[in-house]
Amino acid sequence: MSLRRPAKIQPEYFEFNSSSLEAANKIISRYPDGKQQSAVMALLYIAQRQNDNWIPLEAMKYIAKFLKMPYIKVYEVATFYTMYNLSPVGKHFIQVCTTTPCMIRGASKLVEACKEKISENECELSNNKSCSWMEVECLGACVNAPMMQINDDYYEDLDKEKTLKILDQILKGETPKPGSYRGRLNNEPENNRKTLMDYKNA
Amino acid sequence: MLKLKVNDIDIEVDEGLTVLQACEKAGVEIPRFCYHEKLSIAGNCRMCLVEMEKSPKPIASCAMPAAEGMNIKTNTKFVENARKGVMEFLLANHPLDCPVCDQGGECDLQDQSMYYGVDKSRFKENKRLVPEKNMGPLIKTQMTRCIHCTRCVRFATEIAGVPELGAIGRGEDMQITTYLEQSMQSELSANVVDLCPVGALTSKPYVFEARPWELKKTETIDVMDAVGSNIRVDTYDWEVKRVLPIINEDINEEWISDKTRYACDGLLHQRLDTPFIKYNKKFEKASWAEVYKIIKSKIENTTKEKICGFVGDLTNMETSYIFKEFFDRTLEIKNYESRADNRFINILNRDDYIFNSSLNGIDESDLIFLVGSNPRYEATILNARIRKSYLNNNTKIYSLNEVGNLTYPYESFDGQTQTLKNIFDGQHEFSKNILNSKKPIIVLGESFLRLNNAEFLFFKIKNFLRQNNKFSNEWNPLNILSCDASSVGNFDLGLINNEKNILDDLKSNKFEIVFLVGQDNIKFNKTNEFVIYQGSHGDKGAEIADIILPGAAYTEQDAHYTNLEGKIQKAYKASYPPGEAKEDWQIINEIAEFMNNRKLFNDKEELKSSMFNYLNLQKEKQNKEHKNEISAEFKNEILTIDIKPYYFSNIIARCSKTMIECNNSKLNLKSTGTEG
Repeated sequence: MSLRRPAKIQPEYFEFNSSSLEAANKIISRYPDGKQQSAVMALLYIAQRQNDNWIPLEAMKYIAKFLKMPYIKVYEVATFYTMYNLSPVGKHFIQVCTTTPCMIRGASKLVEACKEKISENECELSNNKSCSWMEVECLGACVNAPMMQINDDYYEDLDKEKTLKILDQILKGETPKPGSYRGRLNNEPENNRKTLMDYKNA
Repeated sequence: MLKLKVNDIDIEVDEGLTVLQACEKAGVEIPRFCYHEKLSIAGNCRMCLVEMEKSPKPIASCAMPAAEGMNIKTNTKFVENARKGVMEFLLANHPLDCPVCDQGGECDLQDQSMYYGVDKSRFKENKRLVPEKNMGPLIKTQMTRCIHCTRCVRFATEIAGVPELGAIGRGEDMQITTYLEQSMQSELSANVVDLCPVGALTSKPYVFEARPWELKKTETIDVMDAVGSNIRVDTYDWEVKRVLPIINEDINEEWISDKTRYACDGLLHQRLDTPFIKYNKKFEKASWAEVYKIIKSKIENTTKEKICGFVGDLTNMETSYIFKEFFDRTLEIKNYESRADNRFINILNRDDYIFNSSLNGIDESDLIFLVGSNPRYEATILNARIRKSYLNNNTKIYSLNEVGNLTYPYESFDGQTQTLKNIFDGQHEFSKNILNSKKPIIVLGESFLRLNNAEFLFFKIKNFLRQNNKFSNEWNPLNILSCDASSVGNFDLGLINNEKNILDDLKSNKFEIVFLVGQDNIKFNKTNEFVIYQGSHGDKGAEIADIILPGAAYTEQDAHYTNLEGKIQKAYKASYPPGEAKEDWQIINEIAEFMNNRKLFNDKEELKSSMFNYLNLQKEKQNKEHKNEISAEFKNEILTIDIKPYYFSNIIARCSKTMIECNNSKLNLKSTGTEG
């Protein structure tokens, strides 16, 4: 990992659309007067949602003006957190967890699948420009390792074949079913539970 | 008061101090990088770790408030190990390029690693690489040396009021930069060079010029504005290599403006080093005896009423005084003037031309009203004080004109003198704010004093404040903001002619001999006048001269200057005048000797004591009487703030390459349209 830089090609203008504006104002109203700047992280996220999963410089400027704070302060926040994307990503943004539990359970196979189907390198668009992938740190679904996140959905208990299938669907524009791909409900134990046997609804 | 122990010494400290300050009080030195007295506390370098009894871990003394009964130890093995550990981490990524680093010899990291560090490194991996950043024409960066103390970030945000510096990225990839690498838009920007404890931010014009131990250091006074910042001039032989601030809590605290710091390269260029005489529109070198002879014959062949003299914006008091004496005693005519414009000055009362509230007073004030002044460019250090007052006391700041970004928020009015009159007639909403304020400060700039109605309005303001009991023994709310280093000193010496308007006479070509001492700012159409110019640089004044007398610059003579508060300070000689040039007082003394065979003063000591006698006499003669409002026909005027271009406000700055670069960097920025 190295310092993430803003993209070379930047849009010239950014503005919140009406639904983003509503969401932003709602968040700002939660903070006491004069402390509106605390909303900067939430607003950056709203901007990222609105702008196809990445934050252009204009959006940072817009938010800085919106919250009456210096540009550099917003820029600092945006470069600090890795979940803010500073350069364009695909409409379907695939994040493959490669932290220890997933790695042990074969996350590297998922990465191979992404390399085959989408692009050789991280953060590059696929041939049809709809997808990009990147390795990320723990996404908090270690019980269902290995896993990946596509936009807002988790796809869990994967292996290489299953990943290839999901990616095929994504590239075709379909939405595969999120959740476990070994038939588990959430993160229930496989082959029935082994503890708390006395309780029916445990 | 809190009682605590530092290395078994019992001490008492005020509440609110940190452990580090308590240790300093006990005479124990604590190493530090990020901590700085004038900045907020960051606590991120961890160099100031000390041991506290009952704490299992070492504590960061700069961020820990002192408390009753603490037992601090700084000389144990535990502390030594903690410091060594921190030092090792700081040096893990710090390059070993001290031999080519400009900070070498005055580097905190170098010094502290000698005292507190280990002599070898266990770090075998590659050091990180950080690209250089563009921070404008004054600051050179070498960001691999940065230890992320964030002093520069805090300075820009807090003191300079231009939040453009920041730390981007995280962890090992953290980098200090300006927003999108634009140059810093501040007149105090170069202070980050002093603040940087390592060689990450160094001075661009001074790059690879000299090592600190080779330089001769002279503590003296700055003349770029009327604040009179205390500076240290570092010279290598004749050449002034750099200018640094020295601490004076009553004036400049620890900062100086970029002009003060970097105009010094103007002392090397376009210097007048030998007398010149103009023959057929061409200057030719001459000897002192020749020029004196010509001056003598010219003066003797001219009626005395036709001779006039002007002193300039950087002229020291000794020179001004001997110049006045030369006119009073040798020529016996009072045709001298120190102003380059027709601004109103009430010379009879000293309080009417100085900054009465004083710079320290700004910190206590609760309301500041700027009239005809843009302190950001006219007195940068004073502006930083106003910002400090705004931050600490939430002082309300108003301005009659909209003057652009002053680094703090202010409310502005329409810039018309009618509004000003209404305010001080008590007929404006704002009048109440002044009345309710306990310690108001009214700042009258030179642009205000140039108004046609300046005198009328001045006494109106003064009377309004007097009638409403704003004057007291401790507080004087009326302030004049002078722009030039010599202004107040010249007024104290009485270098002003209120009886007749010499400037207008000059412009209507009534004089035959014009004697300019360092005066380059007078605009007049020269016809048949014989112009004698005495000064240090070849600029506008020398251009129109018939005779040039090479003088000395401010770093080349011992002299006194009075700052805008009326504080008299001594400037010391750091270098010597180039070539044939002489100290200014000496030249005038020699002209007088040539003319009458009698020196005005035997030596500089005599001149100095005579000047102080005169000043003391003037003090006693002060007309403290309360002058009633003068009746004058009042006509509404629009007050325009007319200030000299910041980077070219005096001859030294005009001859400086660095100042030209600074000016260009601002111009370029304007044209790209990215300034937001």
